[in-house]
Amino acid sequence: MPTLKEQFWDPVAGFGVTFRTMFKKVVTEQYPFEKKPTAPRFHGRHQLNRWPDGLEKCIGCELCAWACPADAIYVEGASNTEDERYSPGERYGRVYQINYLRCILCGLCIEACPTRALTMTNEYELADDNRADLIYEKQDLLAPLLPGMEQPPHAMLLGDDEGDYYRGSFRPAKNESEA
Amino acid sequence: MTVTSKEGQEVAKADLVTLTIDGVEVSVPKGTLVIRAAEQIGVQIPRFCDHPLLAPVGACRQCLVEVALPGPDGEPRTMMGPPGRVKPQASCTLTASEGMVVNTQISSPIADKAQQGVMEALLINHPLDCPVCDKGGECPLQNQAMSNGRGETRFVETKRTFPKPINISAQVLLDRERCVLCARCTRFSEQIAGDPFIALIERGALQQVGIYEKEPFESYFSGNTIQICPVGALTSAAYRFRARPFDLVSTPSVAEHDACGSAIRVDHRRGKVVRRLSGEDPAVNEEWITDKDRFGFTYARQDDRLTHPMVRDEETGELRTASWPEAFVVAARGLQAAGATGVLTGGRLTLEDAYAYSKFARVALGTNDVDFRARAHSAEEEAFLASTVAGTGLGVTFEDLEKVGTVVLAGLEPEDEAGTLFLRLRKAARKGLKVVSIAPFTSRGLAKMHGTLIRTAPGDEAAALEALAHDGEVALDAGGILLIGERLAAVPGALSAAAALAGTTGARLAWVPRRAGDRGAVDAGLLPSLLPGGRPVDDAAARVDLGTVWGTTVGHEPGRDAAGIVAAAIAGEIGGLVVGGVDPDDTADPAATRAAIGAASFVVSLELRATDVTQAADVVLPVAAAAEKAGTFVTWEGRQRPFGKVLVESHALPDLRVLAGIADELGTPLGFKTVEAARAELSELGGWDGDRVAAPTVSTGSTTRESSTTDGDGLRLATWKQMIDDASMLDGDDYLRATGRAAVALVSAGTLAGLGVEAGANVTVTGPGGSATLPVGVADLADGVVWLPAGSDGINVNRDLGATAGATVSVEGGAA
Ligand code: SF4
Ligand code: SF4
Ligand code: SF4
Ligand code: FES
Repeated sequence: MPTLKEQFWDPVAGFGVTFRTMFKKVVTEQYPFEKKPTAPRFHGRHQLNRWPDGLEKCIGCELCAWACPADAIYVEGASNTEDERYSPGERYGRVYQINYLRCILCGLCIEACPTRALTMTNEYELADDNRADLIYEKQDLLAPLLPGMEQPPHAMLLGDDEGDYYRGSFRPAKNESEA
Repeated sequence: MTVTSKEGQEVAKADLVTLTIDGVEVSVPKGTLVIRAAEQIGVQIPRFCDHPLLAPVGACRQCLVEVALPGPDGEPRTMMGPPGRVKPQASCTLTASEGMVVNTQISSPIADKAQQGVMEALLINHPLDCPVCDKGGECPLQNQAMSNGRGETRFVETKRTFPKPINISAQVLLDRERCVLCARCTRFSEQIAGDPFIALIERGALQQVGIYEKEPFESYFSGNTIQICPVGALTSAAYRFRARPFDLVSTPSVAEHDACGSAIRVDHRRGKVVRRLSGEDPAVNEEWITDKDRFGFTYARQDDRLTHPMVRDEETGELRTASWPEAFVVAARGLQAAGATGVLTGGRLTLEDAYAYSKFARVALGTNDVDFRARAHSAEEEAFLASTVAGTGLGVTFEDLEKVGTVVLAGLEPEDEAGTLFLRLRKAARKGLKVVSIAPFTSRGLAKMHGTLIRTAPGDEAAALEALAHDGEVALDAGGILLIGERLAAVPGALSAAAALAGTTGARLAWVPRRAGDRGAVDAGLLPSLLPGGRPVDDAAARVDLGTVWGTTVGHEPGRDAAGIVAAAIAGEIGGLVVGGVDPDDTADPAATRAAIGAASFVVSLELRATDVTQAADVVLPVAAAAEKAGTFVTWEGRQRPFGKVLVESHALPDLRVLAGIADELGTPLGFKTVEAARAELSELGGWDGDRVAAPTVSTGSTTRESSTTDGDGLRLATWKQMIDDASMLDGDDYLRATGRAAVALVSAGTLAGLGVEAGANVTVTGPGGSATLPVGVADLADGVVWLPAGSDGINVNRDLGATAGATVSVEGGAA
């Protein structure tokens, strides 16, 4: 035979949590209608950065591919020529692919990158309804051209050789007032 | 511990010295370097300049160790430098001696510190290039900096820099700032290849590898310097920035460009071969390969590569794509309708494929009209091959060349025609081998072998060989070797004379063909009078022996040779032709070969890439390139060099599978469809121990030839193919091609004077079929002889002049 407490109090007590929560701030996120910023160092989609003149920082060294524990990155290097230059120095990344079906967003690749060409953005919407579109190509990963940047291929605009770029001793990029 | 290598066991106890390395006692043969003695006990002393196949030089100082030698009282005394300080010794230049005590970085802090100091000095001016450096990931400097260097750099000053890479040759690039001045490349060029066009120049911090400005570094072996450079200072223009070592799948294989069967390593990435390196095989190529073997591989992915079978459409008369089964049916029906059929194969087949052609001709087509010789040939040659070469197994070997006193070359220019053989001959010559060459002039190769020339105009080789029997100076005897090139086939009596010379002097004889598949084709019976394994067609016992394995009878009439097949096709006696990889321009008479292909009623072509033959063929069947199939090449020594499939994802069919498909449709199955099954059948068949054909005894044709040198202003033509020339197997390898030697017509100084032009000016050489214009140069040729490269700079002697070696041509100053 249940006690009186068990008969009358316990069923109501169960609702106590519900009642109390009704008067608290909601934590439910209205994603995808409302997006919240991530933590600043959240590991999201990668980005291939550019120098202030628009040349690519990536030198096609494949160190990111080497570091990747999920084998998600595919890089093929090639030679810059005088007429067709994509990055300062001799070498650039001709093919650059990250397969987001494999990538575990661990960030080891960006640690390996010797030129800080590869960094991660906070972009986390990496879903799609087919496989092919989840292999991001170089043009999908390259950072947008900011004011003052020119679409490569073009000559080194900030210095005479790659040493100027890497030592940071380059001329300031054309700013808007000049343009 | 005692050395357990084979060589080690052979040396008597007295020839061993015992020393102590890191507290471990080890006995090594006298003369062993300390660095290698340490390897015996599993201690790796870091090194850059040391290379087992190059003479020690002690250039990099990375291999320092602490050494103590026994004093008069027997107690070890450490080798000292300035008073009170130990002087570490370079272990790569120090020979082990009795009672020596060596302490390496493992047991001696002094050695360790010395090594770290050297590493630090090397890295002072070494750029931080690893991310853009091709060597990164397989770099001895990277690795040893990690294992034997300091973790942190103390150097804060600006590094010395040089402008970025300079071309040492079209194919080899040099980043001078990466060089650690080990002199491996310069020593290789001087000691192994004999092309010392690179050297260390300048001194101090500016010391660098340089080229003689007037003479480019033109070497057929320059790629080896890239491979042995312990840093990324030398890189390959073709491979630059293509991949990283961890991307690559490496497969051991065998080079397909000459009859030397060099071991190579093929690196591929995503179904594409990206580079080839030398493999290691002490018995064959040691660690060296030719540039052709190294860089010549893009031919298999040119735009004109055939990918689908094609048949000629009955209505439009054009070739159209077909399925394999359809192509097999059409080929079989066409061959049946064509009646008598001849089979022409080139010299590039693997042994298994050659065997398939041989069996296909005999079993499916019922003919002995089969010949692999897409070049000048003769009945005498056939008898020579049948008597002396076919199915004889391993004969003279690379190693034998180092053991004999004299090697005579006839009709063979090893540097151009068998590069690996050249390197071995040169190595032997540096140790005292006497090389004698029956050739028109002292080629660069012969000079590098310090060889002696028996100056012989083309066509007179037979007489020269006969004269050798009594030549007291050359004194060929049982301790000598006679190497015969395939070009002698065009000289009546030469091969007979060679066989006779070997018989009378006791010298050993070897036939050195130019192409990888030639020797295998002979062994597989791709000759009209020869069945597989050296069995003569006209020997009943041999036919029965073969018949028991094949389960069928074989025709007893020897067939027609390649020239005979061509003539018969033109005359309409042969209706069908099966052509496997023959380029009409390679044949002795390109016009006749083209005419035969045009005249034949039905032509089946098995090819890699579109050619004149595939355009004229009725059925075109694409076949696998060397990297896309397994197979075996037989070297000129008779050594079998099996290799596996490199590009495992390729679906290309080897020739033997294609032939098996046609044979099935003809109702006479070959009995094998895979390389493995063909190999098994070949080994079941075994060799032939019955009677052999007698060696040919054709008398020399020199008397009839004599007149040709004297008639009018005609010159006798000497010619052969240079290693790097217009060959289709080098298509696409433009950097490599750019290192080829330019086409120059060579004449004697006297003849040049008669022409009235300066060396370097253009001359026009005219043969029966046309003429060609090219610069002229001087060599020590006999008067009245002109040498031309057979296929360089767009000039194909067979095609453009309509002449072969020994023919009479006229030469005039100026362009045509
Ligand atoms: S992103 Fe960085 S690590 Fe990756 S290839 Fe480019 S430069 Fe190298
Ligand atoms: S040679 Fe070796 S250490 Fe030097 S840049 Fe190249 S990979 Fe790095
Ligand atoms: S280029 Fe390479 S092989 Fe030649 S000396 Fe320099 S480091 Fe040695
Ligand atoms: S390896 Fe001994 S000095 Fe270079």
